[in-house]
Amino acid sequence: MSKRIEAKNVDIYYSKFKAVEDVNMVIEPRAVTAFIGPSGCGKTTFLRTLNRMHEVIPGAYVDGRIDLDGEDLYGPGVDPVNVRRKVGMVFQRPNPFPTMSIKENVLAGLRLNNKSAGTSEQDEIAEKALRGANLWEEVKNRLDLPGSGLSGGQQQRLCIARAIAMSPEVLLMDEPCSALDPISTLAIEDLIQELKATYTIVIVTHNMQQAARVSDTTAFFNIAGTGQPGKLIEMDSTEKIFSTPTVKATEDYITGRFG
Amino acid sequence: MSTATLTPKRSASPSNSLTAGQLPAWTTPVVGAASLAVGFLAAWLLTGEIGLGLGVALSALVFLVVMHVASLTIEGGRRATDRLAKHLVVGMFLLALLPLVSVSLTALTNGINRLDPTFFSTSMRNIVGAGGGAAHAIWGTLIITGVAMAISVPIGLLTAVYLAEYGQGKPLARSITFFVDVMTGIPSIVAGLFAYALFGVLFGIGTVNGMGGAVALSVLMIPVVVRSTEELLRIVPNELREASYALGVPKWKTIMRIVIPTAISGIVAGVILALARIIGETAPLMIAAGFTQSLNTNPTSGAMMTLPVFVYDQYARPGVPREPYWDRAWAGALTLILIVMLLNLVGRLIAKRFAPKTGR
Ligand SMILES: Nc1ncnc2c1ncn2[C@@H]1O[C@H](COP(=O)(O)OP(=O)(O)O)[C@@H](O)[C@H]1O
Ligand SMILES: [Mg+2]
Repeated sequence: MSKRIEAKNVDIYYSKFKAVEDVNMVIEPRAVTAFIGPSGCGKTTFLRTLNRMHEVIPGAYVDGRIDLDGEDLYGPGVDPVNVRRKVGMVFQRPNPFPTMSIKENVLAGLRLNNKSAGTSEQDEIAEKALRGANLWEEVKNRLDLPGSGLSGGQQQRLCIARAIAMSPEVLLMDEPCSALDPISTLAIEDLIQELKATYTIVIVTHNMQQAARVSDTTAFFNIAGTGQPGKLIEMDSTEKIFSTPTVKATEDYITGRFG
Repeated sequence: MSTATLTPKRSASPSNSLTAGQLPAWTTPVVGAASLAVGFLAAWLLTGEIGLGLGVALSALVFLVVMHVASLTIEGGRRATDRLAKHLVVGMFLLALLPLVSVSLTALTNGINRLDPTFFSTSMRNIVGAGGGAAHAIWGTLIITGVAMAISVPIGLLTAVYLAEYGQGKPLARSITFFVDVMTGIPSIVAGLFAYALFGVLFGIGTVNGMGGAVALSVLMIPVVVRSTEELLRIVPNELREASYALGVPKWKTIMRIVIPTAISGIVAGVILALARIIGETAPLMIAAGFTQSLNTNPTSGAMMTLPVFVYDQYARPGVPREPYWDRAWAGALTLILIVMLLNLVGRLIAKRFAPKTGR
């Protein structure tokens, strides 16, 4: 189920502006990879190229090669829609569909993609996804109520359930806890630990402790100055990055000396 | 669930640096009543009769001045300005309401005479003098606006989807926006002439039928639908589109199943408003749909009567005696107002039914 991602010489542009330059990295399956770095260094931008969401923005494009278990995501003839079905995404701000109930939200991916499934099968998928997202106990009695009635943390877990109901190979999370309180944050961190048994997980975070707590590998991005492209500075096991980083900038950043 | 709110009683405390003078609550009604008396008295003294308009205007003036001065002396400048602004806002609101209430009341009192079953069940065929009704015109209005809606809603909706979701900054989108804006300003009579000319070219000079009327009304309705729908699609948060794309949902389906449903209540309300706006059009229908005294339910052949044209016809070309014609005109106007009210009601219900569910 879970796949390995390999990026080679990736440059990312917004029209003429080069936002990220020359990223080379390997993201291992069944592990959590964290992206850290100061604001504006291109973490979100790079994350969004991993499921071809970057090109949704007018004028945005990607140069280089990104492989998912050896298959080029940006190869000719690749349909971004198929890529996104394999690489799910959770956004910074919870964004459940306001017209749908909790259950409909979880099943949105399946229903909108015409995956035919019987009612009982749908119920099963919904329950499994909600259990997977640690939300089942809290919502099992109000599955038909609107998703927007949940608290922020619950909404974010609903969005995670919605993403994993599609059984993706990879799960991308862009600062999934930045809008949440500490309790909800812990719930989601626990969840990430459980999910990594099944999925390749990539998480962007601004929170050093969070990166140290949840990730196996950490990638540090940095930016030389405004208007400059962001770059991958170093990437290693989380333990190594947080104890003995090889680059001075990484050490400065994680010890809070800048950023 | 209703819970009674209890306002704790506070004993009067001596004034401190935070207290300020305040007009007692009874000031507004008392000053209001007094100003009415003074205003009408002044109007009577000035003109020698009790004129309603002048009386109310003078009363309002007295009220504004007295309240402002009282507030200024007791409450101070900031609160006085606040009160003045509030009174002006309320006053303007009442002023705006005046024609509406007046029109509704006039139509009701004059139209109610002939609002009987015969009015709804008979046409004007072979009717001279009293009796008869507007069945032909009511059917005509319903059919023509129905067809106009069937033409305008798909065109308007899809154009708006193109502008909001696909066009963004493309020259085609910009020129469509420009022409839609121009279309909004087209005088309705021009729309009628356009439909008449179009049908003349297509089906022979002088062709007049319900479809022509519907086409004329569509010309007026499409820009309104496009504009309101486009605005509503634009305020659907981009996050929802991205959430949908990230699930691997194609763009067209994201639009159909996520974007439009999120905005649907507003879209429906916009369509209903556009309908209410065109249902009272007279000039284009006179040209493109023509006049007739008999019931015609086939929009593709023969002239078709509509309510506004019926009202015009009965009022402007009465027989002798005039009264039955004028009564019918008022009843027709009242029916039209009732239909528009009904439309608005239905629109609200639909909008409520489809509005995004906000839990809790
Ligand atoms: N939609 C966009 N259009 C143009 N430039 C953008 C857009 N989104 C982000 N950028 C630019 O790309 C750079 C990287 O941004 P981002 O990936 O959001 O950084 P991070 O997530 O690390 O804070 C920034 O300089 C930002 O201004
Ligand atoms: Mg970001």
